[in-house]
Amino acid sequence: MSPQPALIAQTFAALRKDPLGIAGFIIVVLVLLASLFAPMLAPSDPLEIDVYNRLADPSWEHWLGTDQLGRDVLSRVLHGGQIAMKVALVTISVSLAIGLLLGMFAGFGPKWLDRILVICFDTMRSFPTIMFALAVVALIGPSLNTVMGVIIITSIPAYARIVRTQTLALRENDFILAEQAMGASIPRILRSHILPNIAAPLLILASMDVPAVVGMEAGLSFLGLGVSPPTPSWGSILNDGYSYLRNSPWPIIAGGLPLILVTLGFTFFGESLRDILDPKLRGKGGAD
Amino acid sequence: MLAFIARRGLLALLILFLAVSLLFAMIHMIPGDPANVILGPKASPELKAEISQRMGLDQPLLVQLGRFYTDLAQGNLGVDVFSDRPVFDIVFEQLPYTLVLVLAAIGGATLLGVPLGCFSAIRRNSLLDRLTAVLSVAFIAIPSFVVALYLLLWLAVKWRWFPAMGAGEDGDFMDQAHHLVLPAIALGLGWVGYIARLVRASMLEVMEENHIRTARAFGLSERTIIVHYALRIAVLPTVTILGMGIGTMLSGALFAEIIFSRPGIGKLLHEAVITRNYPVVMGSVLVTTAFFVLSTLVSDIINALLDPRLREDGGSS
Amino acid sequence: MGSPILDVKNLCVNYQTDAGLLRALRGVNLKIEPGRIVGIVGESGCGKSTLISAIIKLLAANAQVAGGEILFRDTNLLDLDSDAMRALRGDEISMVFQDPMTSLNPVISIGRQMLHIQHRDKRCRAEKMLRSATILERVGIADATQQLERYPHQLSGGMRQRVAIAMALMTEPGLLIADEPTTALDATLEVQIIHRLQQLQQDFGCAILFISHHLGVVAELCEEVVVMYAGEVVESGSTSEVFNNPRHPYTKKLLQCDPASIEEVTRNLPVIAGQLPDLIELPPGCVFQPRCDKAIDRCQQSRPVLDDSSHCAACFVSVQ
Repeated sequence: MSPQPALIAQTFAALRKDPLGIAGFIIVVLVLLASLFAPMLAPSDPLEIDVYNRLADPSWEHWLGTDQLGRDVLSRVLHGGQIAMKVALVTISVSLAIGLLLGMFAGFGPKWLDRILVICFDTMRSFPTIMFALAVVALIGPSLNTVMGVIIITSIPAYARIVRTQTLALRENDFILAEQAMGASIPRILRSHILPNIAAPLLILASMDVPAVVGMEAGLSFLGLGVSPPTPSWGSILNDGYSYLRNSPWPIIAGGLPLILVTLGFTFFGESLRDILDPKLRGKGGAD
Repeated sequence: MLAFIARRGLLALLILFLAVSLLFAMIHMIPGDPANVILGPKASPELKAEISQRMGLDQPLLVQLGRFYTDLAQGNLGVDVFSDRPVFDIVFEQLPYTLVLVLAAIGGATLLGVPLGCFSAIRRNSLLDRLTAVLSVAFIAIPSFVVALYLLLWLAVKWRWFPAMGAGEDGDFMDQAHHLVLPAIALGLGWVGYIARLVRASMLEVMEENHIRTARAFGLSERTIIVHYALRIAVLPTVTILGMGIGTMLSGALFAEIIFSRPGIGKLLHEAVITRNYPVVMGSVLVTTAFFVLSTLVSDIINALLDPRLREDGGSS
Repeated sequence: MGSPILDVKNLCVNYQTDAGLLRALRGVNLKIEPGRIVGIVGESGCGKSTLISAIIKLLAANAQVAGGEILFRDTNLLDLDSDAMRALRGDEISMVFQDPMTSLNPVISIGRQMLHIQHRDKRCRAEKMLRSATILERVGIADATQQLERYPHQLSGGMRQRVAIAMALMTEPGLLIADEPTTALDATLEVQIIHRLQQLQQDFGCAILFISHHLGVVAELCEEVVVMYAGEVVESGSTSEVFNNPRHPYTKKLLQCDPASIEEVTRNLPVIAGQLPDLIELPPGCVFQPRCDKAIDRCQQSRPVLDDSSHCAACFVSVQ
């Protein structure tokens, strides 16, 4: 029913005109590949300690230098990328799925359910995210799974809201009423009509969410509340680097770079995507 | 107008109530003895018994909830596990430092962002416009703690232009301002971009509108039109965003405080989490959440003051 | 007779578009004597808006004046720099726009907007407020002082338009340009506003350039009328003459199609067959020729022009 191949082709054609979008796309692809193949690409074992070579400057042997335990920073960064991408994948897909369901319930269900859900979302949104994360960690103890759980819970409202808005809007449409009159079941309507319409905004939100999620995990790991040592998350690399800031700047520089690249790349890509998909949805000309 | 404030105020209170209850509930959602949670499994049974009694953890749930709220109403946020000082005092001692930081960041971001956005709109597609656009996106995307770390590395440690630690001497305004610069920049940089983009988009929209054409037809100067007519409407979305932004800033301030070793709620909270100082954790989170809800409420009210059309509404969301 | 307050001579305006050069106005002539009310009628797209925008020099960025003069009291407006032109706007030349809902600033009270307009005046604020209240009363708004504190969205459509007229007349301009001021209002309101406008014009003595596609209103209010089609003036003269004895085939058709002139009850309102011409690729000869049922060969080959008589039409076939 939906012209998928044509849409994808058009998307790529439009993407080509936007240099930032291209740059973003390339970065995204590179990061994903590097993370996927990290174990193969990494020159050394990220956990291998070499006390004689602590805090070394970059050299042929260690392209990004070594940290305070002599571990190769490059390898740690690559493995950190794996963690970052895994966190992004898991949290975003789960938040999206749950947000989708809740949003549809709110939009299509009875009014009282909608009211309750909206109040729940607003309550969730009223917590400064990191504060909430800290409170939870204080209770449960730090771990990567805790961090992912917190990210999921705080991300759900955003997805749910988009789905809810779209569902509410579409619910009033005549063709939906007609379908209902003809006996179409609600799940069917949701699947065949609502879903295609929200696919684009959700995709955009998801791609823009990656930098936020990666940043959050890195931030929490930086605070010592995420991964436990010696696991090399980008945040923990930065944390180690911070402690030894005055001895060597390289762990911080090296740890910060991938974060900057990933956040920039996914954001530029997401913005491009939004410029391409949104105007088309609304039928306007290009942006600006 | 009063009805509007009352309505929004009640809604804010409701949300705050729910948030606080959630915090309270979290303690009890953890399997096991809360005293265990608070003190860790290694504490002696006597200590656990004492904490249980002091915090009333052995009472039935509803009683605890009631105690919690009555305490709250009296401003009693509990007592620091280690020092026995009231949490209320501890938190409000540290709060001003964080507030100063957040205000400095927001103030700076607004002072820079609004004119940038305005000029970008007036000189559309100029070099300034394009550069601002790219840099805005970039700094919104990059996590503020990374910016903070880099600023610390280059400007404080390497080049020594700014101090790397602390909030400065008490009473010495210039020194404190000097210590504020880097953390405020780290916090506010993303917001400069965000505000600039927002103002630009609003300005472009407003300048197209008919009442601007009318103003021109009556011979008002371009400057009057931009400042008094267009900008006045264009900054409205910014006010809303700022209200919500305070919440994000409070989170970001946490990183800035830790990285630059500044006193403040963020630092307090971080230490409390590490040392399992439970009442302090809860107290800090509560206070910051309350601030967040309050700031959103205030920005809604300011918004309604500036744009009379919003007053009749039931409010947006 | 003294010199006209507005004398548009042979005005040509083009728009630079992606599809090519759009020739929106081609050799438009328009003369308004002081204190007279002149109407412009024509369908959408005939160039009325472009003409007004050109007169007050607020054309769009892609528009260019390709020739002609716009003389306001013997000064060519096209020669004026932006500051000099700005001095005239709202002072000697005022405008009333079509949509009162969007023409007024929504977040500033009526009173403050009226204060802003008096920005050239050196009087004190209280006096300016008094002037504002006085003129509001003159346009028929009761409780003027109270209304000054209200916002546009709190007033009805008719009141907003009265405010707009008040604002335009407050500076006692020599020329008031009204761009379809009553189109957005319902019929009863329209009549009231028109009568009020007539009264005010007699009191203030300003000239009015009244644009409308509502023929009845033009007949009621205007002393002279100009008929425009596709960027050209096709007929002009006194209202009674043009409406009673139309010379140009387009004017005749226009009058025939006006719903007010239909005498029998019918389902099918007459329309003018055909479409507006493409202003980028113009046909040679008379611009109305493709839709004209009286056209002869000459109409296709050369372009008719207006002569100097008091009731003139740009047509080879028109009957004297």
